[in-house]
Amino acid sequence: MSTTAAPVGVTGAAKTISMQATKTKKRLTSPWASLAAVIIAILWTLPTFGLLITSIRPVSDINSSGWWTFFTNPAFTLDNYKQVLDTQTSGTTLSQAFINSVVITLPAVVIPICLASLASYAFAWIEFKGRDFLFVLVFALQIVPIQVTLIPLLSLFVKLNLAGTFWPVWISHSIFALPLAIFLLHNFMKEVPRELIEAARVDGAGHVKIFFQVLMPLLTPAIAAFGIFQFLWVWNDLLVAITFASDATTSPMTVLLQNMTGTRGSSWFLLSAGAFISIALPLAVFLSMQRFFVRGLLAGSVKG
Amino acid sequence: MATAEKFGQALLAIAIFVVLVGILLFVAGKFSGRRGDRAVALVFLGPAVLGLVIGLIYPAIRTFYESFFNAGGDKFIGLDNYSNIFTSSDQLIVLRNTAIWVVVTPFVATAVGLVYAVLVDKSRVEAFAKALVFLPMAISFVGASIIWKFVYDYRFASPNVNQIGLLNQIVVWLGGSPQQWLLNKPLNTFFLIVVMIWIQAGFAMTVLSAAIKAIPEDIIEAARIDGVSGIGLFRYVTLPSIRPALVVVLTTIGIGTLKVFDIVRTMTGGQFDTSVVANEFYTQSFRANDQGLGAALAVLLFILVIPIVYYNIRQMRASEAR
Repeated sequence: MSTTAAPVGVTGAAKTISMQATKTKKRLTSPWASLAAVIIAILWTLPTFGLLITSIRPVSDINSSGWWTFFTNPAFTLDNYKQVLDTQTSGTTLSQAFINSVVITLPAVVIPICLASLASYAFAWIEFKGRDFLFVLVFALQIVPIQVTLIPLLSLFVKLNLAGTFWPVWISHSIFALPLAIFLLHNFMKEVPRELIEAARVDGAGHVKIFFQVLMPLLTPAIAAFGIFQFLWVWNDLLVAITFASDATTSPMTVLLQNMTGTRGSSWFLLSAGAFISIALPLAVFLSMQRFFVRGLLAGSVKG
Repeated sequence: MATAEKFGQALLAIAIFVVLVGILLFVAGKFSGRRGDRAVALVFLGPAVLGLVIGLIYPAIRTFYESFFNAGGDKFIGLDNYSNIFTSSDQLIVLRNTAIWVVVTPFVATAVGLVYAVLVDKSRVEAFAKALVFLPMAISFVGASIIWKFVYDYRFASPNVNQIGLLNQIVVWLGGSPQQWLLNKPLNTFFLIVVMIWIQAGFAMTVLSAAIKAIPEDIIEAARIDGVSGIGLFRYVTLPSIRPALVVVLTTIGIGTLKVFDIVRTMTGGQFDTSVVANEFYTQSFRANDQGLGAALAVLLFILVIPIVYYNIRQMRASEAR
């Protein structure tokens, strides 16, 4: 995306100009600007911080005073975490729901990567009639709201006798992810220099060899970027899970927590600890792999 | 189902698809030459295209068809479901709320993200400052809803009761009386929107910050030579330069907001006049068992997305042509 609207006149800028530049930069970070930034930063962290503090306070404290009094009257406990893991809510517990979240997420991340890498290879490096049309069609499917698919899919799964298993969530998450996955991986595959592919072909390599030996090593960052995306999406999803995995044996943490806010709306000792158990893993993944995530985000949203 | 059994099934599912890829690659390897390319393309695209047809295209058409049928799905009623959406007082509130969400969220989230990106740009603590605003993006909508529900928590005001929700405590400190933020209409919708803005601002900040950093240094210096600085620099250089990124951010958040479901479901369940189209779809389809109306709401959601996407594509074309 090029933005060269303004005329560019100066190339050999003198030192005085860059000194001026630093001066203006300083002016931009005036006290007021800093204050505004600090206020935004506080507004964006304080709510989470408050709930975190709440989750480690004793029940009696939580219900009788605000979390901010923790600092004048500190009392620390991990009981809320222990208790929420074993508290029964609609036939299941948070520890079981945690396991379900993991069980749902793993295949729902791996399956679309498998299917999309094959498809995007075909779109990027194989010539066939109708390729561009098909690619635009797949790309366009990104805009279909998943709501329009849920009821017919649900009756399909019931007919296939899959209701009550994990297959409906796995399959639907995988399919819903395909348009974005194919688009992202295709973009990265296209960036691989043509000469590299041609050279491999001249050496007599078939598609299999090109796919595994030439493309795969180069694609790892792209797959990581999409993988993190899909992991966060599936782990944090409520709509697909509440539709296809709402019974006690399969429901993930989002469904259970949503249930708890309805049935135990004022049990903040449970809700706060439960929320943090569900937040912990994505937060850790996110912080450790932020680089890939930002790259995927920029590739997915800014590239046309 | 025991835990071990669940993990066994997950591994089995993964194995099935990994083996499938292996088999397809092996089959593809048997074809060769130019003519073989078509067969290879078919083999590689087959599973994905099949999945999309069965899992997206067919259900979408089916839902469209069902939107012309009654609650039980057994009697054709023409456009009645659609006229219901645009005439019944309950559904009109849903439409009004959806409009408020889609107008307010993208602009406020983008504005906050942009201002913050500019403010922390090139500062010493930039990476840390950005991570703070970015973090809510890793939190599920359900988790974020719980976090904010706690901020809004209300305790009946009496001398020996302390407020435990931060917002009401601030109101009390300022001498006011605590409010039931999520129950009082019509302002409660705005308190839900805050949660979405809180989540999306990080996305806006990340994309816009990257766009700001991509502005060529010489453009900025040229502007400075002409005596432009501070707000002027932002207005006449930064803003026009990042316009394409702004459009992408606004439309992406707009589409996301249109489909917002989790926040409304978790915070109010759509009660107290806070429902939106995506939540109402769920309520009608799965709670009220009105299949026809649910299908019509889903189709409406689809139709509402189209103009935003269209605008996005047109802007993208325009900026590429420049």
